Amino acid sequence: MKVAFTLNGTVAEWEGVPVTRLAAALRDDLGCTGTKIGCDAGDCGACTVLLDGRQVCSCLVAMGQVEGRTVETVEGLALPEMLAALQASFLAHGAAQCGICTPGMLIAAEELVRRTVKPTRAEVEDFLGGVLCRCTGYSKIVDAVMAVTSPVREADPAAGEAVGARLSRVDGIAKVTGKDAFGADAIPADALWIRVVRSPHARARFTLGDLGPLRKRLAAVLTAADVPFNGFGIYPDIKDQPVLADGLVRYRGEAVVALVGARAEVPAIRDEDVPIVWTPEPPLLGIDAATAPDAPLVQADRPRNLLLEGGVKRGDADAAFADCAAVSEGVFETAFVEHAYIEPEAGWAERVGDRIEIHVTTQTPYMDRDEVANVMQLRPEAVRIVPTACGGGFGGKLDLSVQPLIGIAAWKLGRPVACVYTRPESMAASTKRHPARVTAKFGCDAQGKLVACDVRATFDTGAYASWGPTVANRVPVHAMGPYAVPNVRTWGEAFFTNGPPAGAFRGFGVPQAAIAHEAMMDELADATGIDRLEFRHRNALRVGDTTATGQVLAHSAGLAQCLDALRPAWHEAQEKAAAFNAAGGPHRRGVGVGCMWYGIGNTSMSNPSRMRVGLSPTGALTLYNGAVDIGQGSNTIMVQIAADAVGLPAAQFALVAGDTDLTTDAGKTSASRQTFVSGRAAEKAGQDLRQQILRLANAGPDARLSLEGAMLAVRDGTEVRTLDLATVGPLMGEGVFDPPTTPLDADGQGVPYATYAFAAQMAEVEVDIELGTVKVLRIVAAHDVGKAINPTLVEGQIQGGVAQGLGLALMEEYLPGRTENLHDYLIPTVGDVPAIECILIEDREPLGPSGAKGVGEPGLVPTAPAILGAVHHATGVRTYRVPLLPHRLREGIVQLKGKTP
Amino acid sequence: MGDYLRPRDLDEALQALTRPCTVLAGGTDFYPARVGRSVTEDVLDIAGIAALRGISETPTGWRLGATTTWSELVEAELPSLFDGLKQAGREVGGRQIQNAGTLAGNICNASPAADGVPPLLALDAEVEITSLAGNRSLALAAFITGVRKTALRPGELVTAIHVPRTQHAARAGFVKLGARRYLVISIAMASAVLEVADGKVAAARVAVGACSPVAQRLPALEAALIGMAFDKSLSNRVEATHLAPLSPIDDVRGSAAYRSEAVLTLLRRLLSGLVP
Repeated sequence: MKVAFTLNGTVAEWEGVPVTRLAAALRDDLGCTGTKIGCDAGDCGACTVLLDGRQVCSCLVAMGQVEGRTVETVEGLALPEMLAALQASFLAHGAAQCGICTPGMLIAAEELVRRTVKPTRAEVEDFLGGVLCRCTGYSKIVDAVMAVTSPVREADPAAGEAVGARLSRVDGIAKVTGKDAFGADAIPADALWIRVVRSPHARARFTLGDLGPLRKRLAAVLTAADVPFNGFGIYPDIKDQPVLADGLVRYRGEAVVALVGARAEVPAIRDEDVPIVWTPEPPLLGIDAATAPDAPLVQADRPRNLLLEGGVKRGDADAAFADCAAVSEGVFETAFVEHAYIEPEAGWAERVGDRIEIHVTTQTPYMDRDEVANVMQLRPEAVRIVPTACGGGFGGKLDLSVQPLIGIAAWKLGRPVACVYTRPESMAASTKRHPARVTAKFGCDAQGKLVACDVRATFDTGAYASWGPTVANRVPVHAMGPYAVPNVRTWGEAFFTNGPPAGAFRGFGVPQAAIAHEAMMDELADATGIDRLEFRHRNALRVGDTTATGQVLAHSAGLAQCLDALRPAWHEAQEKAAAFNAAGGPHRRGVGVGCMWYGIGNTSMSNPSRMRVGLSPTGALTLYNGAVDIGQGSNTIMVQIAADAVGLPAAQFALVAGDTDLTTDAGKTSASRQTFVSGRAAEKAGQDLRQQILRLANAGPDARLSLEGAMLAVRDGTEVRTLDLATVGPLMGEGVFDPPTTPLDADGQGVPYATYAFAAQMAEVEVDIELGTVKVLRIVAAHDVGKAINPTLVEGQIQGGVAQGLGLALMEEYLPGRTENLHDYLIPTVGDVPAIECILIEDREPLGPSGAKGVGEPGLVPTAPAILGAVHHATGVRTYRVPLLPHRLREGIVQLKGKTP
Repeated sequence: MGDYLRPRDLDEALQALTRPCTVLAGGTDFYPARVGRSVTEDVLDIAGIAALRGISETPTGWRLGATTTWSELVEAELPSLFDGLKQAGREVGGRQIQNAGTLAGNICNASPAADGVPPLLALDAEVEITSLAGNRSLALAAFITGVRKTALRPGELVTAIHVPRTQHAARAGFVKLGARRYLVISIAMASAVLEVADGKVAAARVAVGACSPVAQRLPALEAALIGMAFDKSLSNRVEATHLAPLSPIDDVRGSAAYRSEAVLTLLRRLLSGLVP
């Protein structure tokens, strides 16, 4: 069928199958890949376009319905050579992080600003309510829309003034124009496609029947037999997850068979058309099933289903509890939580001679390279990873997804091969946050000084190890909270089950533990009659204190400053809540506070970054940056740091990012490490280049540089020397940084991290005590970040973390087979996340670039504790199980009253 | 690949329905049921039939064309009788869904949590069904027969929803309970239409959704409201025994016990909210 319509103001003609989704036609046939697909089900709004001026999900519109109508996409917003006001406002406010929801957000906002250029917050929420964002916490998006008529474009910082400036994202224009290419956006037209057939059972044996007929229809049907080394995993010694299962599946969603064929062919083959004979077995679901005495094993070589255990011991906790004036105990449980990045896993691979090139959305190109090489039994140098723009990761794109399958298929077939997960597939196949059971006991003296703690954190690590060891290691170090406690016993343990593999998710288990230790702080504060904030202030780790692992904090421990900064809002909020509650009615307000600390980088393990800054004979100044920007802004941060280290304006930098052929290994984007570790490497690289320049110019350390074309002027006092780069030749500065740590001994003693971030957040909530619903009214977040390299980006990280913490506390629970979509699995919408005020504390860390530490994960950790503390303040109900869904809170309220009020 | 037909007039559509095919209108239920799959069935797209769209007044009330979207309903000038239905329209998905999703689609999809059904039940809505054999009309309560099941026979198309005029001035409302704001499937919801004469409730229609396979009217509560003074004390009339037609279940969104209790709260708030 031929369809004629108006696309972004010009006549468009399209021919194809009329039930084709508008989103697919725009992306695949009309070149408008700015329209993103996040779910194909109307749940996420990433594909929002205007149809006759009204926003619709283009995944729900048939091309046959578009005849004669007007379609507007993100590509139609910008004026020639100029951003539209809305785009400029998004850019200036930092409203785009990863950018995957940005086109949908812009279009949804466009419908509103055509009606009114001065919208209210309520109007903005109504118009944006159908677009999910997982990165920003919506704050800066709402700000950007409300301020569309008053753009706040700051001037580009001068040389030496980039660090600390609110520089717009260096990759921001691509994100607000829809030009940024994500994993599914630049797949070659001649690529074959993969559809993976996955297990519908949590635990089953299976046999494959005759695949011959399918193989005749398709380019290839891959099974375990096609995988040269059929095991992958994060740790060099734990390659326990098969690329394609071999006769046995251990979780629902596990990959079994890969169908490779023309794009339209592979979805036409249904799972039931693939001859697989299943013999389901009773699955082990949950920690109790996995640890039962007679439990069958999930992995034959893992006795007791145990992945890992270990702890930290200092002083004598048992003896110390006896002398405590107050002791509090509790058992806290959390669920599987889904990353719900709006961009599903996607990528394509191509064989180039005897090398394989993989273009993929990832957080970790160098680990991907090594892992793909191992699976394919190639040398690492034979694998090139080219990261595409990454539409959100949060830890979920640290594991392999499409990489090995597209690599193997492209290698075998000699043609480009692509794979893009559907939303249900992404949710079923990918890793999750570990469900935890945290048993906590804390004691303090009569003055409210903590004396002892005993915390055991037990994790459901799912079917495969993934990042389970990282979680089980990190949590014992953090489980006492950011407090000085002389007598500590903590224990972390992780057990295999037939749940989805639990892996890395923003915070690596620390958010689960924080729910426990912060509830304990509240209870001890109440027991000793001390204000909850002041109790924490009294116990806060400070510079000079010794941590439970025996590490003396020499610098940068700003928790007390964070609490000081919260105090005025804390008192004001309590007064407001008391006044509100005095009026009676079914709503009660409460205020809560949560604190956290977070070790930056790997736990007691080397995690170096290497960065380069080049200056070419033509005067091209380039940062070669192997750190992947997954939306958090590291591309911009690295440029800012490198620019000041060199002494040239950030605007003069070009960026080469991620590509393993063109950059050096800057480690993975995880553990809040990029600003601290890679940033320090970028600083050193910039300093190295600067030293080379100063030597060439025979200039002193304070010389000022300026670059025009190939001419580099070096002003030293009154003297100016000009270097002609064409004759000097290429210059390359290099920097390496590996944060100093030591291994932990059997009692967990040592230096697990070189530095720690600290934070305290405050939440105000309103609880509907009759319905058990919770509305978060306000969050104030005070974070010690060492130094805010770019305050806008730092705030964006905090606000986005807060929104995920809110989801963890109140609504997110992944249930395999039941919540594998974005309408049954709920993440916060723009209507759920309140205004989030950020207070940046800068207690300088001498090891970090310009004193900076990390902030990626810390934003999330204290939020759930603060919200749950506020709910307790409002209702008296202590939360022992998250998410605190309305029926659970209502049950708690009823139990507390002993009867229905 | 199946056939795709997009007729401009109703007769052509009815002709097409003489063989099995899937009806497509707003697409908001059609496409989510086909994620990652090829569409292979024959599709009849009725969204281009002008006669099925729009709201008009009739001698007995109002005719809501089958493919009228939620946004069109919300923006239409209608009496306060429609306030509950409009409030429900604002709670269907996000704006994208409201701009595409249709009234008839909502009832034909027959989800237990369809936001449109309780307010339409409270409006005493009748479903206009057309086939080549002619028209028939069914009360909405008789039209939806179970989870994802309707009384629609092969060859039949829902062409409109009729809302009868009330005898007295009416107040109407809708309340929804969900675990988040926007894009949320209801844990429970309730809608009511009260006709008021001489300061008293002259007629009452109250319906609850997401607490039974098909949304239900609550006749005992309606009876208890009739004759009562139209004031805030109306909410005191709600009693647990009124919920007998409901059969809430435990699911990921809430427990059965919670739903039963929450519905009482929703109903009390709904009724007191109708009184200015």
